[in-house]
Parts: sequence; C-alpha cells; structure tokens
Amino acid sequence: MVDIAFGPEPGKRPDPASTGEVYLDMVRRKRMYGGILGVLFVALLVSGWMLADHRNAGGFWNGLPQTLDFPAEVLSEAWANRANLPGLLWTYIPSLIETLNIAAVATLIGALMAAGLSLLATRGLARWPRLIPVFRRTMDALRAVPEIVIALVLIFVIGGGPVPAVIAIALHTGGALGKLFSEVAENADLKPVEGLSSVGATWGQKMWLGVIPQVAPNWVSYALLRLEINVRASAILGFVGEGGIGHDLKLAMQWGQGRYDEVVAIFLLLFLAIVAIDRVSDSYRHRLVKGTL
Amino acid sequence: MTSAVLSPALVSGVTRSFARKRRIAMAVPAMILAYLIYAAVSFDIAGLMQRARFDNAAILLSDFWSHKTHVTRDNRSGALTVAIEGESKGTYPPGMLPDWVTVSGDVTTIDLGTGHVVTYDGAGARFVVPGYGTIDIRPVGGKPVLTAPEPIPDWISVAENKVSVKTPAGRFSYSRSKVETFRYEPGWELWFFTLDSPLYGKSFAELAALAVSSNRIDEARSNLALMASEFWTNRMWRHGDVAWAIFETILMAFLGTMTGALVALPLSFLAARNFMPLGPLRFATRRVFDFIRGVDGLIWTIILSRAFGPGPMTGAIAIAITDTGSFGKMFSEALENIDEKQVDGIRSTGANSFQRARFGVLPQITPVLLSQVLYYLESNTRSATVIGAIVGGGIGLLLTQAILTQKDWEEVAYYMVLIVLMVMAMDSLSGWLRRRLIKGDGA
Repeated sequence: MVDIAFGPEPGKRPDPASTGEVYLDMVRRKRMYGGILGVLFVALLVSGWMLADHRNAGGFWNGLPQTLDFPAEVLSEAWANRANLPGLLWTYIPSLIETLNIAAVATLIGALMAAGLSLLATRGLARWPRLIPVFRRTMDALRAVPEIVIALVLIFVIGGGPVPAVIAIALHTGGALGKLFSEVAENADLKPVEGLSSVGATWGQKMWLGVIPQVAPNWVSYALLRLEINVRASAILGFVGEGGIGHDLKLAMQWGQGRYDEVVAIFLLLFLAIVAIDRVSDSYRHRLVKGTL
Repeated sequence: MTSAVLSPALVSGVTRSFARKRRIAMAVPAMILAYLIYAAVSFDIAGLMQRARFDNAAILLSDFWSHKTHVTRDNRSGALTVAIEGESKGTYPPGMLPDWVTVSGDVTTIDLGTGHVVTYDGAGARFVVPGYGTIDIRPVGGKPVLTAPEPIPDWISVAENKVSVKTPAGRFSYSRSKVETFRYEPGWELWFFTLDSPLYGKSFAELAALAVSSNRIDEARSNLALMASEFWTNRMWRHGDVAWAIFETILMAFLGTMTGALVALPLSFLAARNFMPLGPLRFATRRVFDFIRGVDGLIWTIILSRAFGPGPMTGAIAIAITDTGSFGKMFSEALENIDEKQVDGIRSTGANSFQRARFGVLPQITPVLLSQVLYYLESNTRSATVIGAIVGGGIGLLLTQAILTQKDWEEVAYYMVLIVLMVMAMDSLSGWLRRRLIKGDGA
C-alpha cells in the first residue's frame, strides 16, 4: 500500500513531515486518474453515439425536428374524433385486463418458482447443500434468457395468445426474483429453524413456519416491484408477439391514419394502468418494509 | 422465572388471534388458486392444448441440434441437386457430392446408413428398408405407383400424386415433379466453412497443419488470414454480421444507460427536497419523471422510430429516455437520504452551491448511483434485444427474423445461445465493475 501511495523508491517518497504537501500530491494523483477515466468515458460515449448515428437509417439532426410530428399527427386526429374516445377506451378494457392478467399470473407463478429455488439455493437452508451450485446456475440461466426468445419460440409451438407470454415472463421472473429472494433468505435468523428441527420438523415445515414468516415482507415487496416491471414486459411482448393490449396497439399502428384515435385510446389506457399500478405498489411496499402492515 | 398467569381473557385472546392467523394462512393460498383458475379459464388453456402443435416442437428440437441434406431429382429434366437444408447457399457445386451419395450414369444411390438405401434410376425410385423390404415406386401415366410388401405400414403415406416414407434414418417422398430424400445428421452444418470455400471438409489437424505451413492456398494472404476471412464471411451463418449485431445491442444498452444517467443526475437535484426549496418546480420535475416512466419504453420506441428511422440510435435514445425517468426518481431519493453534516462542513469553508454539490454530495451518493447504473446496464442489455426487434437493429432483429421464417431453427438456437452468453457476460462485467468501483478492491 505504501508503494502505491508514495511511489516505489524509498528515497523518492515524499517527506511525511510535510503532511499538507503529501495530501495535495495524493489528491492531484487521484484527480488525474479520475480525469483520465472521465476523458476515456466521454470519448467512448461520443464515438458510440456517432457510430450509432451512422448506422441508423435516419440521422439524429434530421430526425430531431420530426420527433414531435408523429405525436402531433396522432393527437390532432384523435382530437378531431374525440367523441369516439370514451367508447374506444371501453372497447380496449378487455385487452388491458388480459395484459394485466398476463403480468399478474406470470409474477405469481414466477414468485412461487423463485421461492422454491431460492430456499434450495441458500446456504444454511438448502435441502440438499451439495446441489446449491446447480440451483444457482439454474437461476442465472433463467435470468439470462430474455422473455422475447422464449415467447417467440413458444408461439411457434403452442400458437398465439397469452400463454406463451405468461410462460416466458414467469420463467424470467423466477430467475430474477430467485436471486433477490435468496439474498433476503441468507439474512434470515436461523434460530426458529433450529427450534423447529429440535422438535423434529421436516424441511418443508421448517421453511414454512421458520423462514417464510421472516422473509415474507421483503419477498412480497420484491414481487410487487417485479409486477410493475412485468406489466411493461407484457405490453411489449404483446407488441412483438401476440396477446393483450400490445397486440391491439400494433394492429392500430399498422393501420396508420384513420385509426389514430384507437392508438391514443390504447396509449392512454396503458399509461393510466402503469401509473396506477406503480402508485399502489409503491405505497404498499413502503408500508411493508416499514412494517406497519 | 415467574409463571405467567393465564387469565381467561388472555387465553381467549390468544386463541382468537391464532384462529385468525390460521384463517389467513388458508385464505391466501385459496385466493391464489382461485385467481389461477380464473386465469386458466380466461386464457382458454383447454382450447390451447387442442391447438398446440407438438409436432412443431419435435421439428424445433431436432432442428436445434441437427441438420438435413436434401437429395432432389427433378423428374422432368432428370437433374440432381444435393443441398444442405435445401438452400441455394448450401448447394453442392457440380462435381462435388457428399460421400454417402454416388452417381453413375442416371442411377443415383443414397446410403442413409443402417442398411437404408435409396436408389433413383430411369424406371423410378427404390427404398430398401431393413426388416421391412423394398419400397418400389414407378411412375405410370405421370402418377407414382407404389409396390411394397403388404400390409402398408402407417409410416408410408400414399396419396394420389405423392408417396412419402418416414424412417428414423431419413425421409423420402416421390411426387410427379420430383423425388426427394432427406438425410438427418447431427451438428450445425457448414458452421466453419461453406461448400465453396477451399477449406471445406478439412479436419482440425489438417487446418492446424495448414495454418503453420508456408504453402499458401491463396497467394495473396497467409493461410491463417484466409481461414479467418472464410469463417467471418461464411454465407450460411454470417458470423461477421452476427458479431456486429451483438455489438450493436450492447452499444444501445451502453449509450442508453449512460446518457440516461447523465441527463438524470442534474435533474434529480431539482426533484430532491433538500436541494430544491421551490415546491412547484420540485413537484413539476417529479411529475416529469413519473410521466416518462409511465409512458413506458415501448411507446417511446414507437414514437422515436417514426422520427429517426430504424437503427441502433433509435433504440439507444428510447432506452435513454425511459431510464432518465427511473434514474431521476432513484437519484433524487438517494439525494434526500444524504448526510447533511458533510454539506455543512463544506459550506463552512465558504463554498458555493456547485462546490457543495461536487465535494459534499456527490462522494456520498456515488456508490448508490454507480451500483444502480451498472445494474441497469445489465438489465438494459436484455431490453435492447427486445427494443432491437422493434426498431430494427442488433441481435433482436436477427432473432425475430429467423423465428418468423420458421425454417432455420438451428440459427435461432445459435442466436439464443449468443444472447444468453451476452447477457451473462454483461452480468458478470457489471458485477465485477460494481465490486471494483464501489468496494474499491485494488482500485
């Protein structure tokens, strides 16, 4: 450490007596490293943007003035047909419910999967301690596969509709929540578990009665956060694949002019749903973590 | 220890609260189950099981790890084509045949292995299946006529204009216009070099010997350079394009995340209670963040791709805008939780507000900030795959195209493996950076 801080040569080390100078020297060195890193970072960022701009079909400066053209076109048409809007909102409520159902079912199944996997992958709690690495790698793999990959392959096999999206999101959720759940479970107090084993409880009973009550608030809080993410994912999957309000949005967009009032209705529904779910889950999570529930 | 006095009121209270706990313990799983049943009905699971095409799943799984070679004879012209996956870029050039196909005159013999032999000749075609007999097909008046040991098993299907045979060794079909045999082989075909490459069919030992030998196959460059370029420009797998697509996806994620963070950082000061005394401005900034997050990446992507056209920049801007909202919220929360003492200390030296932010605040929130940015970098690599499918850039586009053609499943498998590896690599990179930068191991 001394070598790193004061240079390699013992003779060239700054005099420890003049502390002010030593301090300034260190600060200067630190700032220089920081500066070099900063310059590199900025260079990377700028060249990256230039490359991306070059690879894009339309350039940035050409596109910038047009950014508002499309929203303006959509909004003006929707404004002209604003009388239709309440009716359209009503029409798309079932699709919205489907999208929300996809997200909720997927979060539920994923969370149940994650609960099992995380207990099996936590040191001190695992049923088979030797298999901990297997379960960890399983969670890593589940987390790494993007939803869209599973969804598109499943659409080929089991046809369109909400189920491929549910399975895809649930698998990904299982991996992502599994990691978070197992971090929470690692910090659980083992005393209840020991007490339960002293009275001859099975592994399932130890987990259900000894661990789950401790970790439940944090687990539920993470699951709610995941629900927010999954609502968005479910809308996007609908757009790319099939099912839910994302699919309706794609159809309306492909139609283009003449159905922009529908586009606005779907935008509105999606926006309101996302904001509402964020709000509810946010306040609920606050209460859960603060323990007033 | 004094023994607790069990008053009747306490006993009944405890019993009641136990009963309540037990009811909740029963009610929660029951509610979950009820919801799942409702979802199963509304998703029409029963109908789905009927519509599901498990033969597609079988095709997909076998295609993931094997490939087929088509040996086709045009029955009108008599021309023979041997093509891997039936694609033009996998067609054997004239004079080159796989070693299990032999041609002498107009007789073609295809050895499918384990005694299965198909012969095309002037009279028609024959398929010898061990343990069954010979399936003989001759065209009579343009229509294929089948002669085979009775009874005809169900793996031979006979229609008016077409006879097809499915065996574990390969498939065979005879129609008016052509006779075709598919041979399945494990592995991804032509993965290193295509048929037109001078390096095709060489073993690893031969390639290694070539790499160090001074006899150049191509006079203009060394053998190693030739190998690299033949591999990189492989027409079947397009390794060069795929690598570029992966890079584009990571680029989108990097640019989007970093730009989002840089834009959100100054804005988050406006939304933090301890830095922005002006209530209305604070409120407005927070609502802007909420709006950006609420509109969601999907919609930003659609709006932006109208203005900027398809490509990686559109995707990067979409990620940047969405992340600005999330980062803004998280950063301003981090700012509200800082320790004011350090800021007071800096203030006591007469520092202005910029200096206070730089020396009093930033060092405190940097770990939180970096950890969130790195976490988002990893998660955005995954989002960039999906956004790429919408805006038309990166590996997501290649993947969706390969899936939509429903033909090249081995390419789908290849892209899937690459995407998973990419995400895992970004995951470990961001974890490594987080450990180095925040805990300061050696940095």
